Amino acid sequence: MTIDSGGAGWRGYALVAPALSVIALFFALPLALSAVLAFRGKDGGFTLEHFAKSWDLYRTDLWFTVWIVLLSTVLIGLVAILIAGYLTLGENPRAVAILRWLYRWPLFIPFIVTGQIMRTFLAKNGMLNHVLIGSGLIEPLAAQSVLDWRGIVVAFVWKQAPFVTLLLAGAMASLETQHIEAARNLGAPRWRVLVDIVLPQVRGTLLVGLVLSFVTMLSVLSVPLMINPNSPTMITVDVAYRINTHGDYAVANALCLISLLVAAAAAWFYLRQSSRQLAR
Amino acid sequence: MKTNAVAMSAAAPQRGVRPRGLERRTPPFGTDSVARWSRTLGIGVLLALLAFVIFGPLANLFLWAFAEKWYFPNKLPQEFGLTFWGRVFAPRGNALASLGTSVWIAILTVALSLAIAIPAGYALARLRLRWRALILLAFLLPQAVPNLPVYVNIARVFYQIGLAGTVTGVVLVHASHGLVLAVWIASAAFASVDVSLEEAARNIGASPWTCFRTITLPLAAPGLIASAIFVFLESLDEFTGTYFVGVPDVTTLPLLMFNASMGGNYQIASITALLLLVPSIAFMLVVERFLKADVLAMVGR
Repeated sequence: MTIDSGGAGWRGYALVAPALSVIALFFALPLALSAVLAFRGKDGGFTLEHFAKSWDLYRTDLWFTVWIVLLSTVLIGLVAILIAGYLTLGENPRAVAILRWLYRWPLFIPFIVTGQIMRTFLAKNGMLNHVLIGSGLIEPLAAQSVLDWRGIVVAFVWKQAPFVTLLLAGAMASLETQHIEAARNLGAPRWRVLVDIVLPQVRGTLLVGLVLSFVTMLSVLSVPLMINPNSPTMITVDVAYRINTHGDYAVANALCLISLLVAAAAAWFYLRQSSRQLAR
Repeated sequence: MKTNAVAMSAAAPQRGVRPRGLERRTPPFGTDSVARWSRTLGIGVLLALLAFVIFGPLANLFLWAFAEKWYFPNKLPQEFGLTFWGRVFAPRGNALASLGTSVWIAILTVALSLAIAIPAGYALARLRLRWRALILLAFLLPQAVPNLPVYVNIARVFYQIGLAGTVTGVVLVHASHGLVLAVWIASAAFASVDVSLEEAARNIGASPWTCFRTITLPLAAPGLIASAIFVFLESLDEFTGTYFVGVPDVTTLPLLMFNASMGGNYQIASITALLLLVPSIAFMLVVERFLKADVLAMVGR
């Protein structure tokens, strides 16, 4: 990996410095401001009242956010494993080709467009219900809007699963095939090959994709705003509400720090996993 | 079907040398056909279901974009037409101006991001950095934190130094957000370049710069192009930051779409959404040409 064996460490840091300073100036600095505002009382002194208020008003939304994002992450992982697994181990070449062509359509569709699409698709008079009624799966009177937390999860999985699948399928495609073929020749069913041989080797890539998705979804404003802005909803909507309606930067920033803690948990989880992998 | 099965079982002894995907474990004759057919049918049904899940929402968007009139409880629009398209693209309409602003901001963001992500990615992939994991994590942060308060606070700072409501301000915000993808992919792209090629060049006397310019950079180029396109799309689609930092002079396409949708004008919103979809889907169709499996496998390593 490492090409220069001598000291010269400063050169590496010099190359990284411009990128790091952009992050520092236009990201870390405003974030620090946010932390300061979250703890500053009206008299300028230190206070925890903004957090108490956040907890009082928004703890339901906080649990909702964690629940929505966790559930979406798990579903994304499952979908990605299934699709990437079939792309790697599938035996019907035509089905593999169709699947490869099919799964990636939402890959780069922006969240805000996803929000707009799902807002019409999942509505009570949207296409989903028309198709369900038309195919006789539900009664017309049973049609209901899915534009609540479920709609947010659907939008997240729809948009984010192809991204993780792409990473995962790429990693699986670059695996050595001897083990897979040996196991197949010994008669191991495909799902065993997937779980026991393929997945352990691509764990790192899967983890990166899922952690990136987790933190991305945690900070999306447009999807919950367009699908379900009413309580209970996601923390990002509350932050926008505090600022737009009340000009209340203190509580907004407190809410931000709370979701930073959630993201930090994900980052910690990732670091622990990857250092465990390095130790092996 | 039967001849097929015979061919398969005849090929069975050489299993293992056949390329994967062609080989097939052949169950004993007889039960074979039925089982295979039902399996093929099952796969077909699953694929059809997936196709509906993916294209259903897109079809709905399409219908809205061309709907002249669509009232509950009609399953399809009562009238199709292009009136709203005319309105979006009218010379006095602001969609074209927004499109221009969006593309210009995205181009500037790519230029800035790549100019600083390429050296950083190279250093992270090749040089000995003590705090490598920590630095990678630092680039993850802008995606790891709910950006809204960051944008709100940066908007206040930018207002004080005169960057609020300017393209420069929006580009800086987009670039700090796009850096995570740019740096991570650039680092993976450099990591996937075979070190021995660089060593060979160095051994026959190439300077580090020549080696980088003629060996490393061209070999990493497809991954770098992919990261450029990622950053471009992210900037094109970015909503929250532009909303706070760009106000009141910079209106990008996503802002236009959001306002239309919230105003209940689904036609205008859907047409704008379609405009945003074109580059996204075009990139989706070609992404693997740039982002090869060997690069993807190095992401996050």
